[in-house]
Amino acid sequence: MAGKVAIVGAGYTSLRAVSPEASFRELVFEAATRAYQEAGITPADIDSVVALGEDYREGTCICDEYVPDQLGAVQKPVHTVTGDGVQGVGMAWMLLQSGVADIVVLEGHSKASNIRHPAHVEAMALDPTYVRPHGWNPLFVAGLEMRRFLHDSGVTARQAAQVAVKNKRNALANPLAAYPAEVTVEQVLNSQPLAEPLTELAVAPPADGAFVFVLANAAGRKKCRGRPVYVEAVTWISETCNLPTRDWGRAVYTERAAARAYEMAGLKNPAEELDFVEVDDAYTYKELQHLEALGLTARGQSGQMLERGTFDLGGQLPVNPSGGSLGCGHLHDASALRALWEAVCQLRGEAGRRQVPKARRGLVCSWRGVPTATGGVAILSRR
Amino acid sequence: MRKVAVLGAGLTRFMRRSLETGRELCWEAAAAALQDAGLTLADIDCVVLGTAPDAFDGVHLKGEYLLDGAGGKGKPYVRVYVGGGTGVFMVPAGWWHIASGAFNTCLIVAEEKMSPTQPHPQGAFNAIYDQFTERPLGVNLLWIFSLEMHRYMQTYGIPLETIAKVAVKNKKNAKDHPASQVAGDFTVEQIVNSEVMAYPVMRLMVSPVTDGAAAMVLASEEFAKRKGGKHVWVEGVGWNLDTSYWTNRDLAYPQYVENAARMAYKMARIKDPRKEIHVVEPYDPFAYKELHHLEGLQLADKGQAPRRLEEGFWDRDTTTGIPSSPSGGLLGVGNPIAAAGLMKAIEIYYQLSGKAGARQIRRNAKRGLAQAWGDLMQVGTVMIMGVER
Amino acid sequence: MNTQLRGTSLREDDIRTGKALVTEWHPKIDYQFDAGTAVGQFLDGLKAGKIMGRQCDVCGRIVIPPRMFCEKCFRRNDRWVELKHTGRINTFSVSFVNWDASRRTTPQVPAVIDIDGTNPSMGILHLLGEVGQTLEEVLRRVRIGMAVEAVWKPAEQREGAITDIMYFRPVGG
Repeated sequence: MAGKVAIVGAGYTSLRAVSPEASFRELVFEAATRAYQEAGITPADIDSVVALGEDYREGTCICDEYVPDQLGAVQKPVHTVTGDGVQGVGMAWMLLQSGVADIVVLEGHSKASNIRHPAHVEAMALDPTYVRPHGWNPLFVAGLEMRRFLHDSGVTARQAAQVAVKNKRNALANPLAAYPAEVTVEQVLNSQPLAEPLTELAVAPPADGAFVFVLANAAGRKKCRGRPVYVEAVTWISETCNLPTRDWGRAVYTERAAARAYEMAGLKNPAEELDFVEVDDAYTYKELQHLEALGLTARGQSGQMLERGTFDLGGQLPVNPSGGSLGCGHLHDASALRALWEAVCQLRGEAGRRQVPKARRGLVCSWRGVPTATGGVAILSRR
Repeated sequence: MRKVAVLGAGLTRFMRRSLETGRELCWEAAAAALQDAGLTLADIDCVVLGTAPDAFDGVHLKGEYLLDGAGGKGKPYVRVYVGGGTGVFMVPAGWWHIASGAFNTCLIVAEEKMSPTQPHPQGAFNAIYDQFTERPLGVNLLWIFSLEMHRYMQTYGIPLETIAKVAVKNKKNAKDHPASQVAGDFTVEQIVNSEVMAYPVMRLMVSPVTDGAAAMVLASEEFAKRKGGKHVWVEGVGWNLDTSYWTNRDLAYPQYVENAARMAYKMARIKDPRKEIHVVEPYDPFAYKELHHLEGLQLADKGQAPRRLEEGFWDRDTTTGIPSSPSGGLLGVGNPIAAAGLMKAIEIYYQLSGKAGARQIRRNAKRGLAQAWGDLMQVGTVMIMGVER
Repeated sequence: MNTQLRGTSLREDDIRTGKALVTEWHPKIDYQFDAGTAVGQFLDGLKAGKIMGRQCDVCGRIVIPPRMFCEKCFRRNDRWVELKHTGRINTFSVSFVNWDASRRTTPQVPAVIDIDGTNPSMGILHLLGEVGQTLEEVLRRVRIGMAVEAVWKPAEQREGAITDIMYFRPVGG
């Protein structure tokens, strides 16, 4: 089963805080044009499309209506997933393995800048009976989780802040990134407090942009050119987003997804067998929490390993060479597609100054953000 | 391509407003489906949820909120979304989870809780239209249906009285459906003379706002065989999405339904649907839609479904025609959007397994089809089930 | 099939009288949508009293609402084309219901109007005006296929919105 599905085309737009000159349709058209050109296909070759979309982030009810045109996918089997990029890869993977499609397009975008009061939208995701009436900014969920994670793991606030330093610096080498910067741990810790212990620079700021991928199975690849990057494993897990009953310290969804993904890819010692990882860093502490859940660090060691430089671009296991969401901008569910794009670049040897030498296998770990406990793991390789 | 079997199904009542929360509705339907299948949640490898706009429940990331009730906790869980087409689309989505080899069992759950939206759930639909070229006109959901209905009637010269007969048929069929909300005996006159909503749409031609949920358990061939017994199989799936520029299209004919149907017929190796489909549940949110869709499904020539209706070809007790909406459909049972679509797929399962009780058709049905539609007159979703022949 | 299905039906009264516990939420959900290039220039055109379409040289189509890409040919399309202010009714409705399901005493008459100059003939959604105040009047006055013309707001009142056209009315009054 593993390794039969490959990414043969990857298209993008640059990511930025605002994008007034382009509608979301125009952004997606740009990304799709790049992806199809790279894959050597025309829309006639597309068998099915998977798009990511959430109504309240699009500002449109039944947002799946507006998917096909800018992808050239009118009157094709197109559907929307209210899920993140890894779930999107999962749907594409299953379509390609089921016999109903040989070439599948995956699309996701963000027009976060068009949401005037993001906290109000995200507050709508909180339980209407038990949580919303408090009227708190939903960031409090991440604040509570961070407090518990620091307590359980022994990771310090300084170490968490270091994640922002590393990722924003990595983003300096990423031409796509919206928020590249040189910052210090002090700057991160002293930036505006939000939901303590979270401060402003510890939270990935939103950005606009679009990504389109072309995936194919063995039969589909015969119609494509472009260097394939193989999807060795893709999994996704949801834990309850119910606040009272969740595990606050651990990313249980990542633990479960990773276990299944490693099994699918036949990995016995992932820390050795992976050359880089892109893990969700919507908040600084999430990078470390996800790394521990992926089993890439000994329990409670992620902070020290970060300080030692293990996860730096030149380190033993580069984490978020792209700059992550902290450096590139947060695209909500499409953030995982930005991570996927980085994985493809790395595995093709096209990552420029960010290139991880001899990158053969990488992992993408996603999270759908507050208040969810949903995320996925994808393992990609070049063969 | 692995074969996929249906092991069980469950429904809640369909109600104008339910006391139960969305999560509880999911739970009731999912629990009923598991019980019907003789399984527990531990036997389920993955869960797929379907529900139409978040605006109804008033919860953003609605799929995440509902997952507890749908059995998704700790499992690969995903929500798929194709507007009104979602309910039937659950079957293709569950199908590919298994047919791909990724999983052996799948629980599909469809939920809709429309009643929370104030002042009226209809208002949630304003935002389906283009924000620049349409919303500023003071748009309203009924416009798009009435525009399409009028075009269809005009193109083929279909009288309002004929369309009304769909509502009469379905509301009567629904008297035998335990979930039903708006079943009853109505006359053509009552339908035609009911309040004008947006001409030519009359109030009794519109399916009601409803809360409800439905669920189904799917399994791989090996799993089904281990369980034993005769099974109903998913033989074909299809879906198709047309351009969002709906005002550029010919509204008289749902090309996207034809495309979705052909995709499903091809997979099911059906060459002559009018002979090989023995029972059909076309999506009927408005009375005219059933006829519109039957034509898209290739079960009647363009513009001819109304004449067949007059001939009794779509009646439940026909022995020479194709019973259409034996369940009573959305017009009779109710329209909790995603749950209504899955209810139609479940009806095909019941008809094929002889479990439809008082609604059991007289024809011996070996293969049946359910279809849903949604978005801006834009998406067709189709599933075909069959028993061993 | 289990004929005892679960679900507890409430009546509107149960909610109004507090018999069922209800929590309310009034969200502040506002968006500022980026019109982008195609729609942005279309709206500029409306402000200037023009109805603009886009043409693709490969398939030859002239489309409205405009887009910068041809979704059929999957390529950037080629030029702006000024369309006529007249068109033909593709379909229409007579609506007595507001967006919130409340009743209207006088109807709104939405229509799909195929705009002259598009190729192949294709439409936009808009309203008809000066066609009557009752269902009977409108059905007497309006026909599918009828020629209509745009009625504009005075130039100084136009904002660059679809409502710069107030409505379409039958040609010849």
